Formats: sequence, structure tokens, C-alpha cells
Amino acid sequence: MSEAYFPVGPGLGLEENFLSLDDILMSQEKLPGRAESSLPRLAFVLGQGAGTGDSIPEGTKLEIPLWLAKGLHDSKRRIISVELPKIYKEAWRTVFSADATVVDLHKLGPYYYGFGSQLLNFDNPENPEIAQTLLQTFISRFRRIMDSSQNAYNEDTSVLVARLDELERALFQAGQKGLNDFQCWEKGQASQITASSLVQNYGKRKFTEVDG
Amino acid sequence: MAGERAAGLVRELHRAAGGHLPPFRVEELRQALEEMRALYEQNQADVSEAKAGRTDLIFLIRFRHCCLLRNQRCILAYLYDRLLRIRALRWEYGSVLPNTIQFHMSAEEVEWFSRYKKSLATYMRSVGGEEGLDLTQDIKPPKSLYIEVRCLKDYGEFEIDDGTTVLLKKNSQHFLPRWKCEQLIRQGVLEHILS
Repeated sequence: MSEAYFPVGPGLGLEENFLSLDDILMSQEKLPGRAESSLPRLAFVLGQGAGTGDSIPEGTKLEIPLWLAKGLHDSKRRIISVELPKIYKEAWRTVFSADATVVDLHKLGPYYYGFGSQLLNFDNPENPEIAQTLLQTFISRFRRIMDSSQNAYNEDTSVLVARLDELERALFQAGQKGLNDFQCWEKGQASQITASSLVQNYGKRKFTEVDG
Repeated sequence: MAGERAAGLVRELHRAAGGHLPPFRVEELRQALEEMRALYEQNQADVSEAKAGRTDLIFLIRFRHCCLLRNQRCILAYLYDRLLRIRALRWEYGSVLPNTIQFHMSAEEVEWFSRYKKSLATYMRSVGGEEGLDLTQDIKPPKSLYIEVRCLKDYGEFEIDDGTTVLLKKNSQHFLPRWKCEQLIRQGVLEHILS
């Protein structure tokens, strides 16, 4: 029971949460882009070319992290154009609409929903379809996640969560906590004072001897 | 790529799940700040060049500025999330932290912790009448004043309200006032036995 620690949650929408660790890692994910004009002295920092003075010629394909793409995005002067990562493209959208439950979102994502919502910040003509796919994917997967999280009691859940994206994992954990608390209450253990999970964790890591 | 060091800090903290406090990375933090200083100085140089007419450098300046902001965000989030974890320790462990955890904290964090402790104590004295109210007690509603506990490790002598002392030896069982042993249970010294 580590109820005292509440991490800053992800923003889950167009806006990121500034202090959220999840959002920072999410915006570290890369997406493909293209230089629309020649960029002086940038080759070195973006890991292309050797000399510090090299410039990136127009039309070069780049892989830039989301945070950089957001920072450099400018609707008036297109210096870097951003393309969709393949899992948000038409071909994958068809896969998701066919059967979203079989897709391994952790391998593809692992921040499928968060990253997808962030893509809506770039004025892409396909935005409505992307948003619709994100929503439909979530709707069709949610039922199974809720079902499995509510029915796996005292089981190894690693298989169940293996293919879930980070948002879905958080939902799964919440469901599991609810299930465990309820089982505790049914067995009359709800009033038992337990060692704090932090202490238990530290114990596992061989920090056992609490001085005193 | 700029920003990798700071992102590495965040990644490590994120991996330590469940409120666990990993060691404070002084060296990585210093390197990230150093990187920010370098970016800033390069930008200053290029700004004066851009002013002199090289407008094609503006994009480069903007790029460095983004990196600066990104580093700032990563470092702030890193420090803030650590504080949240340290604050949680006050509620889980009580006011004295084991040495192993203190080794993981920076001097500033130790200072912050002791100030947090003080203001919490001041607040708890101010509520609940004359004697104050310990908010960290009875997180779950108590059903009885005394509870049965088993000792999980040798703890030594322990004095209860009526002045008698009990010897908390490993595997011994005692019937003690709930409010006296709640904290010891949370620290994993005692185990609460339900009849």
C-alpha cells in the first residue's frame, strides 16, 4: 500500500502535462520528418554528417523526437514537415478497424494513445480519421482489458498485460487493485494494518535493516 | 542528440516503480546543466551573427532553444517527482528515515524533508484541540483499541503508555495498544494478526 505516493499523471489529450514522467517519455518517441529547406549547421546535432559546420540539405529525411517536432512546428514557415508514423497511417488504421484486440500495442507504441493524440497538434489532413481510429481502438479493446483485470485473481498477469499500451496498463492496474481490495474486504482483512509496500520493496532489495 | 542525458534521468526514475527512491544522480544532473550552458552560449554567439544579417541561422537558434526548454522540463520533472516520493516516505515510514534511504538523497532533499516534517508537525499540533492530532495514525478506521501483533525481527525494548516495557523479540506475540504499534507495523517490524 503506497497510497502516499501519487505520481503526476499524463495529460492524455492535446496538452501534455509538464511534470509528468510518462508524458516526457512519450514525447521522446520519434517520428519521421523531412527538411523543407536547407538547415545550416544542424547535421551534427541531428546525428547526420560529421563536421559541426555541415548543413542538412533540403529534402533530407529525418527522425526527430516528438518534443522537438512540436517545438519547431510552425504553421507559417514550414521548415520541417512532419509525417505520420506508420502505425497511424491508412494501412494500419484498416488493421485497427478490422480487429483492434489482436494488435500488440506495446510493441508498436508503447504510448499509442498519448502519442496519437499529440499528433493531432500538427495540422494534418488525416487528423479526423486518426482521432476516430484512436477512439474506436480504445473502445474495442477496453472491454477485454476490464474483463481480464477483474477476473485474474492471484494469477500471473504478465501475459495479460504484455500487449497493452501504457495507458491500458494503468487501467489494468487500477482494475487489479480494485479486485484485490475487494477480495481483502470479503475475507475480513480490510482492517488489518499492513507493512507499507515501500518497506516491502526495500526489503526485497536487501535494504532490510531499518536502523533502530 | 541534445537532451538525452536529462531524459535518461527521467527514464531511470520512471523505471523505479511504486514510489521507490533511486539514488540521486549528481553527476548526470551536472552534465545536463553543463549541456544547457553550452547550448546557451552557442546560441548567444549565433544570435549576434544572425543580427549581423545571417537570418538562415534563426532556425538553428530556435532548435537550440527547444533543447534548452526540453532539458529544463526533464530536470524539473525529475526533481519534482523525487520530492513527491520523499514526501510519501514521511507518511509511510514516519519521521525518521532508514540510513539506506538517506544515502539516496541529495543534501537539498534532506533539508527539504526536514522542513516538510516540521511544517507537517506544526500543522498536526494546531488541529484537534490541545494535544494536536497525529494525521498519520489510523489511516484505516480502528475497530479496537488493542491489537494482537507478532514480531518479525528483534527490535529491543518498547515502552507502552502505562509505563511497562515489553521486549520485542523475533517471533514473540503481544497484545498492544493499536496506536503505539501502527507505525512499527508499517515499518515491517511487527505483523498485525487478525483473530
